[in-house]
Amino acid sequence: MSYSNKVIDHYNNPRNVGSLDKNDKEVGTGVVGAPECGDVMKLQLKISGGVIEDARFKTFGCGSAIASSSLATEWVKGKTLDEAFQIKNTEIVNELNLPPVKIHCSVLAEDAIKAAIADYKKKNE
Amino acid sequence: MKLPIFMDYHSTTPVDPRVLEVMLPYFSEKFGNAASRNHSFGWEAEKAVTLSREQIARLINCDPKEIIFTSGATESDNLALKGVAEMYRQKGNHIITAVTEHKAILDTAKRLEKEGAEVTYLPVDKDGLIHPDEVEAAITDKTILISIMLANNEIGVIQPIAEIGRIAKEKGVLFHCDATQGVGKVPVDVQAMGIDLMSFSAHKIYGPKGIGGLYVRKKNPRVRLAAMMDGGGHERGMRSGTLNVPGIVGLGMACEICEKEMETETKRLNEMRLKLQRHILKELDEVYINGHPEKRLAQNLNISFAYVEGESLLMGLNEIALSSGSACTTATLEPSYVLRALGIGSDLAHSSLRFGIGRFNTDEEIDYVGKRVVETVKRLRDMSPLYEMAKEGIDLKSVQWTQH
Ligand SMILES: Cc1ncc(COP(=O)(O)O)c(C=O)c1O
Ligand code: FES
Repeated sequence: MSYSNKVIDHYNNPRNVGSLDKNDKEVGTGVVGAPECGDVMKLQLKISGGVIEDARFKTFGCGSAIASSSLATEWVKGKTLDEAFQIKNTEIVNELNLPPVKIHCSVLAEDAIKAAIADYKKKNE
Repeated sequence: MKLPIFMDYHSTTPVDPRVLEVMLPYFSEKFGNAASRNHSFGWEAEKAVTLSREQIARLINCDPKEIIFTSGATESDNLALKGVAEMYRQKGNHIITAVTEHKAILDTAKRLEKEGAEVTYLPVDKDGLIHPDEVEAAITDKTILISIMLANNEIGVIQPIAEIGRIAKEKGVLFHCDATQGVGKVPVDVQAMGIDLMSFSAHKIYGPKGIGGLYVRKKNPRVRLAAMMDGGGHERGMRSGTLNVPGIVGLGMACEICEKEMETETKRLNEMRLKLQRHILKELDEVYINGHPEKRLAQNLNISFAYVEGESLLMGLNEIALSSGSACTTATLEPSYVLRALGIGSDLAHSSLRFGIGRFNTDEEIDYVGKRVVETVKRLRDMSPLYEMAKEGIDLKSVQWTQH
């Protein structure tokens, strides 16, 4: 597999790796994927006044999965929940030049954003 | 030390300079057709081919006339299975093989099944070993062939070939062995091991690509094969086509070098492998060696690094040529069927790396690779949600994952 320069850059210098306090009411956590499938993503959003202030990720998966989640954390920061919810995996595919076999890695990143928002909404119902 | 480092010697090997040197004259100077009986160009080529047969015969203890040259082990495997299935059709249609065989065997067996053959795929134990009593139990009066590999290409596990050969003899069933990864690395004796047909390939033993052979026993019993390639009747009619003389010369020399240096080389590579293994085990927790700890090639180390995915590991080690059992490295997105056959969970199969150590690796490279592997696994574990959860004491098996 040859990787695009953007994938390599995110892999070598992942943005926003780490964890936020999952018990914090302002933090939404999304964990998607499964170890048996070879990919698990954890994405956390810190939300204040309906705007995503901060984001963190941890990913078990291939380089494209790491890059997709790293990119997702960059993109969601500063967005409202509604805006973040609109992020499509195809935009990630285009930005990172992912080949067809790696599309599911971008789907996982989209799912992770949605799962984190859902978790936040559930906590703050 | 030069980068990149090649540590993927199960996939292929560079041609040994001593092999290349003896091959070169056979391209444009001594270019004759070994089948030309009427002039010196042909005689010269035939002489070289004869020498190669002798070199191979010495390595595996057979008669030089029992070697059939092919384009490599894939062709040899195809010829052995299909050739026996067709030739012995009257006798039966049952073939016994194992789940961890190379695709050249498994896919050939699948095709034969479509054409009416019955195939038993024997399981292996958690170390990757076949139990000879299971081979025996699988034999029926319709069994015409047993095909078991010598050494596995992913985990390096060495099968009890001599025991299986004895059972095959007792039951009067032909025994084929795909010895591609074992020939030249471990002693092979087709007589003592009771092997009737055996596949091997030059490019795994520091010879050129595109040349290999099939040993076909001539007596006790005389094995007959239906040819897959019809034509001029070369190679006792079993494989027509003008012989690849430079390749054959290279294969012969590669065998001769292996025969002479096997003992010292095995010892040296074994120490290098153990050094790499010790280094990794000392620095990292939750790493698992795949395949039997002793009954394996000196050259092979296959390790699963829990909580990190293999392809991302390879990406971090991009100045080192290695391979992984991770699904993410394949087009099918299925993790290694060999590791799965050992009962290794998909998660750990995804996390595996295969180190294939070979003739031109150095101690310095081993140290470097060990250091870089440890560093990269640590970095990726710091980014792994699974590692974090495991450290928090969460049982990953009890988590409800969202499959996709
Ligand atoms: C066990 C085994 N059998 C068969 C083959 C195929 O060999 P070749 O590349 O010579 O066709 C290989 C090589 O990958 C192998 O490892
Ligand atoms: S995580 Fe397996 S291909 Fe991306």
